[in-house]
Amino acid sequence: MSNKTTNNRAWWLVAPVVMLVAFNALIPLMTVVNYSVQETFGDNVFFWEGVRWFEEVLHSGRFHASLLRQLSFTGIILLIEIPLGVAIALTMPKKGVWVSVCLVLMALPLLIPWNVVGAMWNIFALPEIGLLGKMINGLGIDYNFTRQPLAAWFTTILMDVWHWTSLVTLLAYAGLCSIPEAYYQAARIDGASRWAVFRFIQLPKMKRVLTIAILLRFMDSFMIYTEPFVLTGGGPGNSTTFLSIDLVKIALGQFDLGPAAAMSLIYFLIILVLSWIFYTLMMRNEEQ
Amino acid sequence: MKHVKWLPPTLYILFLLLPIYWLVTMSFKTTNEILGGFSLWPQEFTLRNYVTIFTDRSWYVGYLNSITYVTINTLISVTVALPAAYAFSRYRFLGDKHLFFWLLTNRMAPPAVFALPFFQLYSAVGLFDTPIAVALAHALFNVPLAVWILEGFMSGVPKELDETAFVDGYSFWRFFIKIFLPTIAAGIGVAMFFCFMFSWVELLLAKTLTSVDAKPIAAIMTKTASTSGYELGLLAAAGTLTIIPGAFVIWFVRNNIAKGFALGRV
Repeated sequence: MSNKTTNNRAWWLVAPVVMLVAFNALIPLMTVVNYSVQETFGDNVFFWEGVRWFEEVLHSGRFHASLLRQLSFTGIILLIEIPLGVAIALTMPKKGVWVSVCLVLMALPLLIPWNVVGAMWNIFALPEIGLLGKMINGLGIDYNFTRQPLAAWFTTILMDVWHWTSLVTLLAYAGLCSIPEAYYQAARIDGASRWAVFRFIQLPKMKRVLTIAILLRFMDSFMIYTEPFVLTGGGPGNSTTFLSIDLVKIALGQFDLGPAAAMSLIYFLIILVLSWIFYTLMMRNEEQ
Repeated sequence: MKHVKWLPPTLYILFLLLPIYWLVTMSFKTTNEILGGFSLWPQEFTLRNYVTIFTDRSWYVGYLNSITYVTINTLISVTVALPAAYAFSRYRFLGDKHLFFWLLTNRMAPPAVFALPFFQLYSAVGLFDTPIAVALAHALFNVPLAVWILEGFMSGVPKELDETAFVDGYSFWRFFIKIFLPTIAAGIGVAMFFCFMFSWVELLLAKTLTSVDAKPIAAIMTKTASTSGYELGLLAAAGTLTIIPGAFVIWFVRNNIAKGFALGRV
């Protein structure tokens, strides 16, 4: 970091990226801002509304409910996926043919299109014809995710754990692989316990990759749309309607552009602020 | 303790494979068998679902469309990200830190927020329903990611390499293409893998930006599933086929992926 030379001509090198991303980000963002302060009755006639939509969204019970569901979902999956991913990475083989096999099989869910993930879990969990649904009902538990909110939540969370834990595992595994063998030898000589090895050698070495894992999982789970939409359609009722699903319902379903745009901006801002906190913490870690 | 160490990864992988097994099994069943009752494996094994997909143009064209825009996206994203990542890893320039964070914020933008404005933007410039529109739209989140990964790899290359080349009289671009790029080949591979991955799995934007000619396979699946009375066998076969390109790509980068994760920061 320290031996970088100051050179403002480096801007020429970043110019293509800036132009491409600006085209994609700034113009649509301006469109959203534009809608968020106006009311339209169609025919391209717009009326100035000021901050009315923002006030409306911030005070609407519907938005609060979606936000609460979103926060609970993100919180639960982070609490499951991060420890589980680390635990599996710790038990993975360090070398040999099985490493490649493990890595390839574990990465498989990451490369399945999101709607296929949803559709796959749908037919997997259906109570009558799905393997999972049949198994749970066979245990004597009444389970039907299309009718019971609790079962819908359970299925959605299980699906997300299935889909994304591997990302945490791969990252944690990469962090573990960067630890020199000498560290473990030293620990063995000192007679360190398994816990001490984890706490004072493995965890510090994984700190950076784990911050990235948490950041990525936070951002992506906060934006989740396709998988729960295909799996449950946001139901039963509104029980699994997360922020993105609600937003698409308002914007494309009801075509309420003003409220949808205001909600978009608030939504984006929440992710931005939370990610900024993560990012700052991460950068501080790196400087240490 | 030592001899049960293989147990957690094995159980985890079994858990990962179970839904995939179910999908593949379904794809070899007839719709009647699926709806008729429960069976662990196909009773009357059929390839009809796959034959339909490979012979019906409205089906297989979806795969071609998806692969087209994913390829264009991967090439565009990595090409523009390379010089930018070099700039971030080697130079300090006006606003560099802010620019880097601004780029990353685009990785945080929910596609649901951008769906409608993207539709209007790409309709206005006449790219709607082309693979290029989807490829450019996916660049929104793939370019920042590619810059991030490549910057990590490039920072791992000692600066002396550049200085020696310049002393030897290499021009910037000749050094960059002839010497620097081969040095970070693994990083380019990892960046391409991630661009491929996120473009291949995304559906919301791909569906919003296409209607007939450039429709991705994922969108064709959702439509057919609802109009033709839920043909689960066909849906399962189409789903199974979407796993294959991904599996192929992972196999291709399997040796670089762990290293790439560590060095490339993602």
